[in-house]
Amino acid sequence: MSTTTIVLLALVAIIVLWVVFAFNRLVLLTNRAKEAWADIAVQLKRRYDLIPNLVETVKGYAAHESSAFENVTKARAAAMGASSSMPGSTADKVQAENQLSGALKTLFAVSEAYPDLKANQNFLQLQQELGDTEDKIQAARRFYNTTVMALNTTIQSFPGNIIASLFGFSLMDLFELAESDKAANEPVKVQF
Amino acid sequence: MDLYQQRASNIRRTWALVLGFVVVVMAVGYAISWYYGDPAIIVIAAAIAIATNFYAYWSSDRLVLSLNHARPASRQEFFDFYTVTENLAMTAGLPMPKLYVVDDPAPNAFATGRDEAHAVVAATTGLLAMMSRSELEGVIAHELSHIKNNDILLMTVAVVLAGFIALVADIFLRMSFWGGGRRDDSGKGNALFVVLAIVGIILAPLAAKLIQLAISRRREFLADASSALLTRYPEGLASALEKLGSYTAPMRSANLATAHLFIGDPFGASASGGKGSSGWMGKLFSTHPPIPDRIKALLAPQA
Repeated sequence: MSTTTIVLLALVAIIVLWVVFAFNRLVLLTNRAKEAWADIAVQLKRRYDLIPNLVETVKGYAAHESSAFENVTKARAAAMGASSSMPGSTADKVQAENQLSGALKTLFAVSEAYPDLKANQNFLQLQQELGDTEDKIQAARRFYNTTVMALNTTIQSFPGNIIASLFGFSLMDLFELAESDKAANEPVKVQF
Repeated sequence: MDLYQQRASNIRRTWALVLGFVVVVMAVGYAISWYYGDPAIIVIAAAIAIATNFYAYWSSDRLVLSLNHARPASRQEFFDFYTVTENLAMTAGLPMPKLYVVDDPAPNAFATGRDEAHAVVAATTGLLAMMSRSELEGVIAHELSHIKNNDILLMTVAVVLAGFIALVADIFLRMSFWGGGRRDDSGKGNALFVVLAIVGIILAPLAAKLIQLAISRRREFLADASSALLTRYPEGLASALEKLGSYTAPMRSANLATAHLFIGDPFGASASGGKGSSGWMGKLFSTHPPIPDRIKALLAPQA
């Protein structure tokens, strides 16, 4: 074998190896982002599970605040029903979750007017747990954004973009509040 | 320099320090081998340095906890501590570390453990009482960053290298004193070489210690920057550091061996950050950068 042949074979081998590594890296980053998205749903479920207990506790002290209860229960049902298969089709899910957050905020604001309720141990614990759940949802979303950023940067940078377009890896959406998402952006209105 | 640039700069400077360290180690090793014509000393010193430190690294979680008389922290008793750590670990993509509490009025926190899966985070009761939730988030994010950036492993490597040099120098000096084993050579040129080698060997442990401390300080800056990137709220950590800086008494269980693991110098703020140590000598010999410098690095990008 001549030197040129050896050098050429070595070059081909290096290129093949690089393609393999780059492809596998994109697969890993994509799967991490998908898992991070699924993890958000885990935290959302925590919230769904805590809410019925909260509604019952508040009803015990403020039974006639029916609109607040109805809003929370309806929003919870809507959020649980909204599909969250994969980012891209999840604008509905995000909006439903934000509406639920808004309804919860209103329920807590309404509870401010009932000092007996505010002193109730169960209520206080639920309030603390729901507050922590909101933090966890935020943490899960932020981690999701970190993984998406890593994936998108790899797909867009050179020479990764060659592999990405060759094998059809696509960018994923960051978790963002849409401009039109009024429910989350506006302050909570409380009327007595 | 924004936080991303600071993080990159701190990592680069760590590598430069480690490279310099390795060069010093190799120079010492070479000098000794040449002097005795026999690498036995190097091998023995390396074996001792690695063996003694490997055990400490592997069981770092248990060792540091017992040194500091720490007890496990439950979610019921320490809701804020627990949930802050849980949420930050989620944001960082780390498994939840084991949480411990040290009964001590001096505010401080440390992280240890040989890897992510065996990580431990501990805080003093003084810290938990003193900090607001967002300040606590800054502190915990700093500790989690130490775990994520593998600082425990890095500092163990640095201690091994420094220990190796110290052992070599020690053996060399003892053997020279008792007059053993030197290769027989004559000539003036060799005498100069010998003198240089002896001076080098005596100074080497000092140089090694200084490099080790420089690495420790650089990683503290890195943990601060990583913490701010994790919480996206550098003011939280800056405010916590200010509170830490104004508490001057040392911790009850302050200990030279584990000092570098804590967020603040456990020997008291005056040891690193107070007026006494702003001089360059104080700065050179401390495991932590002065607190005013750390606060400046955190808040500067905003200014």
